Amino acid sequence: MPGTAATAPSLLVRGLRKRYDDVIAVDGLDLEIRAGDCFGLLGPNGAGKTTTIEICEGLTEPDEGEVVVLGLRWGEHDRELRERLGISLQETQFSEKLTVEETVRLFRSFYRRGPSAEEVIGTVQLQEKRKGRVGQLSGGQRQRLALACALVGDPALLFLDEPTTGLDPQSRRQLWDLIERFKADGRAILLTTHYMEEAERLCDRVAIVDRGKVIALGTPGELVASLSAEHVVELTLAPGAALDEESLGRVEGVAAAHRRNDTWRIRVAELHRAVPALLAELHRQGAQLTELRTHSATLEDVFVELTGRHLRDE
Amino acid sequence: MTNEARDWRGHPLVQLTLVRYREFFREPEAVFWVFVFPVLLTAGLGLAFRHQAPERIPVAVVERGTASATVIDALAKGSDFLPRALTDSAAARALRSGTVALVVVPAGAADSVEYRFDDERPESRTARLLVNDALQRAAGRSDRLPVTDRQVREAGSRYVDFVVPGLLGMNLMGSGIWGLGFAIVDARRKKLLKRLIATPMSRTQYLASFVLSRLTLLVLEVGALLGFAFLVFGVPIRGALPTLLAICLLSALSFGALGLLIASRARTVEGVSGLMNLVMLPMWIFSGVFFSASRFPDALQPFIQALPLTAVNDALRASMLEGAGWDRLAPEMAVIAAWLAVSFALAVRLFRWR
Repeated sequence: MPGTAATAPSLLVRGLRKRYDDVIAVDGLDLEIRAGDCFGLLGPNGAGKTTTIEICEGLTEPDEGEVVVLGLRWGEHDRELRERLGISLQETQFSEKLTVEETVRLFRSFYRRGPSAEEVIGTVQLQEKRKGRVGQLSGGQRQRLALACALVGDPALLFLDEPTTGLDPQSRRQLWDLIERFKADGRAILLTTHYMEEAERLCDRVAIVDRGKVIALGTPGELVASLSAEHVVELTLAPGAALDEESLGRVEGVAAAHRRNDTWRIRVAELHRAVPALLAELHRQGAQLTELRTHSATLEDVFVELTGRHLRDE
Repeated sequence: MTNEARDWRGHPLVQLTLVRYREFFREPEAVFWVFVFPVLLTAGLGLAFRHQAPERIPVAVVERGTASATVIDALAKGSDFLPRALTDSAAARALRSGTVALVVVPAGAADSVEYRFDDERPESRTARLLVNDALQRAAGRSDRLPVTDRQVREAGSRYVDFVVPGLLGMNLMGSGIWGLGFAIVDARRKKLLKRLIATPMSRTQYLASFVLSRLTLLVLEVGALLGFAFLVFGVPIRGALPTLLAICLLSALSFGALGLLIASRARTVEGVSGLMNLVMLPMWIFSGVFFSASRFPDALQPFIQALPLTAVNDALRASMLEGAGWDRLAPEMAVIAAWLAVSFALAVRLFRWR
């Protein structure tokens, strides 16, 4: 059954290191996922999320560090672990000539126990495509097939590597609904993503990862609250207009200001005080404003605050 | 959660093997190359090199009045010659262009003949002997030694008989190497191999599914080609059928292992295609598929004899055409088995699952 011992962590990672040739992919990373938690690794491309998750899946050997999965270790209990983990890799392409049902049946045959192929196809809402060839599926349907193949062994821990990358918003929301349902079943989930909305919506706890390290850890709410200034003002200036960063930082209520091209992202504690003050400062500096937007701070802002970069830079 | 009862259909080896069949039969091109192409090739070669009734030999007789008529009468009697009377210059032209094999010039009163021919053309030399024989007899020569001719046209000595075992060998090689190589590299490229080893699937069963599916497809493949050659062209199968099947089986396993080795590291279909052609091309040329490997110089023979396809073709020909038994096939079988053992051992050591 999922989550056997409520006290033991589903996944424990300590001091994980992995380097490829001259690139350090994972640089001393620690994680702890409690039973029943949905845990998110949030970070930009190349942050080391996939290497980390593949080490936890037993597909990559770490150079250093300790990994305990469901109380078991790779190299000692591989067969047992494979039976109890559900895995969706970042870019698996299933055989295009097989049908959905044939593919799920194949994966089901590898596990000693678990739901029937029909049940799993129902869970991921692919009943109508049951007899359809994998080659005819849309991106979202393929991701749901990957989920089905991850679920056939009734896993206690699910690893989902970028489950919604490249999907349209509607397919993404459909997948989120499904993942929320698995959470309700009491399974632990580790998912990686570079979409902050995804982490905010699905994850009980989030680790923000950058350059192979965890740079922030907590619930999405805690992480946003850690910013102390919970609103963001975005100012877009007319091309060529210059703004003095230092004097901007001295404006009342401004906690931090970051520039990208012609857009400034300014975190403030109280909108109603900061916005008039900012506009006055702009007027004083003679900068032409083309757009002004505000929003509540998100995990993206946490990332920007911590690294000075955006999640989807490059 | 139900625990689905695992009947035989739910066994991973059965499911994996079913996947192999599905992927094969849902790829019309693959089916064509494995089943239809060898049959078409056999049909084409069998038709092109079929036995024909011996043709009449075209002979020009230079016009010299009655002497020419006597010669033409003598030659036209049997069914061996096709004599025609031509002027001197027309006869010379016909000889030059090869429309006649020989020019006979009757020498008027002296009652003698002159033969004009190119002694470098075998058919001209034959024509010279046969025409001379016929004219001498017509002139009254009698043979001292009584002879009887008996024509023997036996299946087994025709080109189609030679080429069918070669095509069978080539087909076993192609489907073994392509069948395994492409499927494995494609699965690796799509990260499907990586996804599979993330499940409790046994890696041995994965590889075994290729062996199993190859063996069943083999029966169809060999059956189609041999059945066609036997029924349409009467190509003989003189050796014991179980022996022939055993040769095919060992050959298929050996080429499958070679395919596995070729595919053990390649990451792209382009890369593996190049490797496959590199491995197969020398065998298409040297291993005696379309003509005997003995045509190559002696210096090359040790290399040629060591190629797996040479051994397979020799064994198939010895069994089908000469009815050879195990004692005679042993050296070839040893070469094929050695390729199987070495390729498989290397492939298992080098194989990359991700």
